[in-house]
Amino acid sequence: MFLDLLWIVVKILLIVLPLMFSVAYLTYAERKIIGYMQVRCGPNRVGPYGLLQPIADAVKLLFKEIIIPSSSNKFLFVIAPILAIAPALAAWAVIPFGEIDVSTTVAGKTTTTQELLVLADIDASLLYILALTSIGVYGVIVAGWASNSKYAFLGSMRSAAQIVSYEIAMGFALVGVLMAASVYQIDPVTDPALVGKSAINLGVIVKSQSGGFWHWYWLPLMPLFIVYLVSGVAETNRAPFDVAEGESEIVAGFHVEYSGMAFAVFFLAEYAVIILISMLCALLFCGGWLSPFEGIPHLEEWFAWVPGLVWLIMKTMFFMFCFLWFRATFPRYRYDQIMRLGWKVFIPVTIVWIVVLAAAIAYELPPWFDQV
Amino acid sequence: MDKNLIIQIIFYGFSTVLILSALKVITARNTVYSALFLVLAFFTCSAIWILLRAEFLAIALILVYVGAVMVLFLFVVMMLNINEQPLREGFIKYLPVGILVAVVVVAEMIIVITNGFGAITEAKASGLMVTSNTKALGSVLYTDYLYQFEIAAVILLLAIIAAIVLTLHHQTGTKHQDPGKQVQVKAKDRVRLVKMDTEKVE
Repeated sequence: MFLDLLWIVVKILLIVLPLMFSVAYLTYAERKIIGYMQVRCGPNRVGPYGLLQPIADAVKLLFKEIIIPSSSNKFLFVIAPILAIAPALAAWAVIPFGEIDVSTTVAGKTTTTQELLVLADIDASLLYILALTSIGVYGVIVAGWASNSKYAFLGSMRSAAQIVSYEIAMGFALVGVLMAASVYQIDPVTDPALVGKSAINLGVIVKSQSGGFWHWYWLPLMPLFIVYLVSGVAETNRAPFDVAEGESEIVAGFHVEYSGMAFAVFFLAEYAVIILISMLCALLFCGGWLSPFEGIPHLEEWFAWVPGLVWLIMKTMFFMFCFLWFRATFPRYRYDQIMRLGWKVFIPVTIVWIVVLAAAIAYELPPWFDQV
Repeated sequence: MDKNLIIQIIFYGFSTVLILSALKVITARNTVYSALFLVLAFFTCSAIWILLRAEFLAIALILVYVGAVMVLFLFVVMMLNINEQPLREGFIKYLPVGILVAVVVVAEMIIVITNGFGAITEAKASGLMVTSNTKALGSVLYTDYLYQFEIAAVILLLAIIAAIVLTLHHQTGTKHQDPGKQVQVKAKDRVRLVKMDTEKVE
């Protein structure tokens, strides 16, 4: 009992510590990449190539004073960063990082089965992630209201409206993924890790894309993939959808009154969600831990030694790069244009593609939906 | 420790939080606090549902109510900017209606509790509970209860359309932009290059 609990804590640390490290170096990568794109150097003073810059920033933020505005609502002001980071971290509990072989020895007999490399192996993991990413908005709203500042309040209002709008398009895009994954028949012999699970499980979704990179859902679900990626950018309030921060008109939006570690926690939550959305893009639309050379003669054998986790991380990194790339190259959307894009473009596109997909599944369109 | 005991401790812990937060929803003086306590109530409620292994319902409750409905509620409450509501205003006036609603709710609960649990054991017997909760719900919703489900969907759609129609009024004189036209604009529609002879300054 106690050992089980300890083992769970170790697993949590194994996920959270690399995540925190990634967040730190995502900020470094962001400044460096955007710097090069804008013909600047980016940070290059602290350590070789500026590599220690994130650590210097973290230390600086740790030692700064947390100022609580005198007319703010103190309890909500302090709890808002926690409301932002808790769902951003909790969502990682159901992310599968790959498959591992588990051997168990019972009475001298060793049996080897495959298991998903995941902290909490629940069936409705996709729904769980959708639910948790949707409650991240409370941190923003509560921070804006508790600060008792007009800039913060305007920022949180914009952010709330934006997140609620884009959640619908995001949900519809996921409906398409679920429909496509439901075609997959789980074979207890080849997929012992997936027995008893339905298409709403992330592991099933990844395995249903096996058979080469043209089987991954980015191709048959192309419009939904684009809608999901862009909605992901909008959900995290990143450029070009960063009206919630809007440095030029409302200073920094909802976290304008925050300083020191309280501000850093908001920052951490934002970047943890960026990494989460990137990993979800890789899992849902780009085959997760499956090798991109699957089904290609020679190349498949040459790269068979690469562990699945490496592919997953490389795919995730590509989407993380996209987030930075968008920020460096797109001008900010106007507020009414954001709403128009969400409601009048994305939602109709997803609904149309769900109908197209339903027809493709009903007529068992090869090569994606003919495996019955 | 016994597993049942742990489940009992968790259940009573969450129930206490649920009842306290539900009470605070109606007693808190600040409307924003009320809304946030309602969020807490939904959250603990979904935790109790997870204890009952109704994982789909629990996650759907968070997704729909906490993630969308309560966000819009908070939105409205914050916009109204009523910080301190006078308590017990019109308490006597609304008491009869309140008692009526309470009696109906209690009666419904009694009917569900005395008859409803039989249905669950029936479902268990027919093998529905063997597969995952999500699958079982989906297969029942789209077969046995298809009409009720579709009627509920149509009513919700009607409510959305009604809300849009109520707030939609065609104003004249707005500087409304047509994105289609904006995209189709060419440089020659906006810029005219003029060739001029050089002029001599006297």
